[in-house]
Amino acid sequence: MSDLVLTAPILEETRQHIEKQLVEAGVHTVLLIDEAGNVIASSGRDLDKLDTTALAALAAANFGATAQIAKLIGEDDFSLLFHKGKRDSIHFSKVGDKFILVTVFGDDVSLGLVRLRVAEVAKTIEKVFGIEKV
Amino acid sequence: MALIDLSRREIHCKIVYYGPGRCGKTTNLIYIYNAMGDKTRGKMLTIETKGDRTLFFDLLPLNLGKVKGFDIRIQLYTVPGQTIYEATRKLVLKGVDGIVFVADSLKVRQTKNKESLEDLKKNLQAYALDIMEIPVILQYNKRDLVNSPIPTLTIDELQQDLNQELQTTYFEAAAVKGIGVFETLKEISKRTVRYVAQKHLLGK
Repeated sequence: MSDLVLTAPILEETRQHIEKQLVEAGVHTVLLIDEAGNVIASSGRDLDKLDTTALAALAAANFGATAQIAKLIGEDDFSLLFHKGKRDSIHFSKVGDKFILVTVFGDDVSLGLVRLRVAEVAKTIEKVFGIEKV
Repeated sequence: MALIDLSRREIHCKIVYYGPGRCGKTTNLIYIYNAMGDKTRGKMLTIETKGDRTLFFDLLPLNLGKVKGFDIRIQLYTVPGQTIYEATRKLVLKGVDGIVFVADSLKVRQTKNKESLEDLKKNLQAYALDIMEIPVILQYNKRDLVNSPIPTLTIDELQQDLNQELQTTYFEAAAVKGIGVFETLKEISKRTVRYVAQKHLLGK
């Protein structure tokens, strides 16, 4: 695995995109994590109440596990996952090859909006990180 | 892969406890969790099946204090030891920085130890990691059973089975009683942090 160096200005820019596109749209929490379960950036209002380390580890594992399911049906992996709860739901989306954007939102925000905004943010992050898919 | 956050001056490393089923990987983590204060440990997360077996992994985040102005944060993971969970073990190894191989001292587990070490080598290769390069130490667990009627392996036998090629440090342990647990953790943390620092910070 090659090293990816993210400078403070890049991370700040990423955080601003996440704030503007997702947090301002009403989602609770957004985490950008890598496939090993490290938190790269976090944003949102419930961060202190949430065990982000565990969430990141489980989200990465969840993605890994579903990638194996994907292989069983002839896919490489699933690029997005969605779990619906009674009040809150969670949306996972792949960013580039190595990152996952985790979005937690309540029933007052529509899934369609989250999907649209996540797709936009993912594209922007890929551009900012210099990991655009060719 | 380690995460080095220069703006917050934090280094995050991932250490995985590997080994055959029922050798005591989770027991190591539980002992560490219970022995450490609230300030240094995070929440322990375990996903287990009925009957105490780890299904996916256990995770225990620790804060080991500062080294040269960097906060050292370590995440301890275990893998499910049972042979059928191979895919899961491989997933947990993603981004690993250091490994503790926990071996079972029971004579009946001799083959399982060897199989598990081979499995580790193979899974590391899949991530282009070499077992001879990444920090690995051995823990010979259940040494408290040596004086019981249950047949156990001697240190020489364990060394011959597992440490001939690796030639790494080993610790004798009885994880249930906490013997050897912190010695193991201290050594692997030291080596892992050094490895990560050399690879990512000092090498450039």
